[in-house]
Amino acid sequence: MLAQPISLAVDNISVAYPNGHLALKEAGFRLDAGTICGLVGINGSGKSTMFKSIMGLVRPGQGRVLVAGGPVEAALKRNLVAYVPQAEEVDWTFPVSVRDVVMMGRYGHMNLLRIPRAADRAEVQAALERVGMADLADRQIGELSGGQRKRVFLARALAQGGQLLLLDEPFTGVDVTTEEAIIALLKALRDEGRIILVSTHNLGSVPTFCDQVVLVNRTVLAAGPTAEVFTGPNLLRAFGGALRQHSLPGATPLPADAVVVLSDDERPLVMAPDGQVIGRLERDI
Amino acid sequence: MNALLAPWTHGFMVDALVVGLMVAVLAAILSCFVVLKGWSLMGDAVSHAILPGVVIAYLVGAPLVIGAFVAGFGCALASGAIRATSRIKEDAAMGVVFSGMFAVGLILLTQVRSNVHLSHVLFGSILGIEDEDFWQTLAIAGGGLLILALRGRDLVLFCFDPGQARIAGLKVGRLRLLLLAVLAASIVAGVQAVGVILVVALLITPGAIGLLLADRFGRMVWVAVAAACLATVAGIQVSFMLDASTAGSIVLALSVLFIAALLVSPRHGLLRRRPRAPW
Repeated sequence: MLAQPISLAVDNISVAYPNGHLALKEAGFRLDAGTICGLVGINGSGKSTMFKSIMGLVRPGQGRVLVAGGPVEAALKRNLVAYVPQAEEVDWTFPVSVRDVVMMGRYGHMNLLRIPRAADRAEVQAALERVGMADLADRQIGELSGGQRKRVFLARALAQGGQLLLLDEPFTGVDVTTEEAIIALLKALRDEGRIILVSTHNLGSVPTFCDQVVLVNRTVLAAGPTAEVFTGPNLLRAFGGALRQHSLPGATPLPADAVVVLSDDERPLVMAPDGQVIGRLERDI
Repeated sequence: MNALLAPWTHGFMVDALVVGLMVAVLAAILSCFVVLKGWSLMGDAVSHAILPGVVIAYLVGAPLVIGAFVAGFGCALASGAIRATSRIKEDAAMGVVFSGMFAVGLILLTQVRSNVHLSHVLFGSILGIEDEDFWQTLAIAGGGLLILALRGRDLVLFCFDPGQARIAGLKVGRLRLLLLAVLAASIVAGVQAVGVILVVALLITPGAIGLLLADRFGRMVWVAVAAACLATVAGIQVSFMLDASTAGSIVLALSVLFIAALLVSPRHGLLRRRPRAPW
């Protein structure tokens, strides 16, 4: 098969649910190979609907999603799209081992009986080693820490050979060290030409690893390079009143040139008064 | 020892054992999916819903198992359709549909003169099984086992992570229907053994025992099958010796095994969960 570089084009899609709720209206953006993109918005902004559209779980009433230039169905058949679910969506008591879960990523490559061949086992082992989980391969998944749980599903995406990786809130319940390890892995995967789309409302970490940002609130408010899109005015549009604005202790009342700290999560984002993003708060003060 | 083996010199006891074990194996494997998918209420609903199917099949002269299967599967589909098209959640939809269908079955049974014995449908008749029913039950159980053997891995993925199943190119909607169809078929087979009221125990308890004692799906299945077979043998034996209800004895044996598993489960057992010393 001719290896066409991966690309993702969300072309002006609108998605309405059967109960009449319009989750996305005329939303669009485009990503090319080798990028990490943050999909940023509040809960209920349509982030998960966007993911479902890209995964073919919901069909847009208007517009279309193209993966590698073709329809989603064709991309799924070629195992191009891989998904790392939110921790809350997974039943951690399910009687499967780490290796079993990673092997599930190979199903699309197997025959109908899903009996693994040597090549499948090798891919699973390689994926486990890459995320540093080979030693824990025979653990039941509920026996893992938060960071290890994330890495299992990343390994599954790798074993699947996905070129478009969708990660849903990957840093929730993960400590900073683990977050940095995951980000390093994501960057390595990006450098191999993959597209990595990360849904998050953890604003603080976005500038540290996203090349591009798509801001959503029922539609795509802005999309493009992080430096251009991830700005104060845009974030206020995306988040409206949902953000908590912290003032720094010992500096009340705030002088006019104080920094602004925006947060709806445990790792706040720090902005200069002109809306330029400075970085994130590493620890509580 | 002779007293224990004596019951098995009767032909009907051997027939009962063969049917009981086939049903037990199928139901036990399926119960692992039911427990993990959270479909216990679905099993209850489908088992009650087959009653009108049995009566109507008798009226039109169709095989009773066909009527039972159509009614059971129809109950599952109708519940799904109500959930999809209204604001009613699926458990409520199932409750309304299956109790309504069961009521229709009860009324039909009392209004229509038939040779369908209410007590046989409700509580099974494994010790008095007819030849035709014997072979039908074996055929259904065999078919169900074949489907689970061929598509079991896909069904595990469907239960664990339907999103991933979808993304791997599997037809999730079809897998759901397949699992529902096997569920309905198992219930039809199981009704022969223990009746519509208690068949749900065969579809839940073995899987629950398996989940308590095993941390891998494969081992969970083996534990469930072993528990179901042990309960079937013990239940038939005890019911013969005490002249007690066979269905009741089988299900009671399963319940005893469940309580034992709950107490001694190596990782999750109540007896193992000693409070940690405060220092």
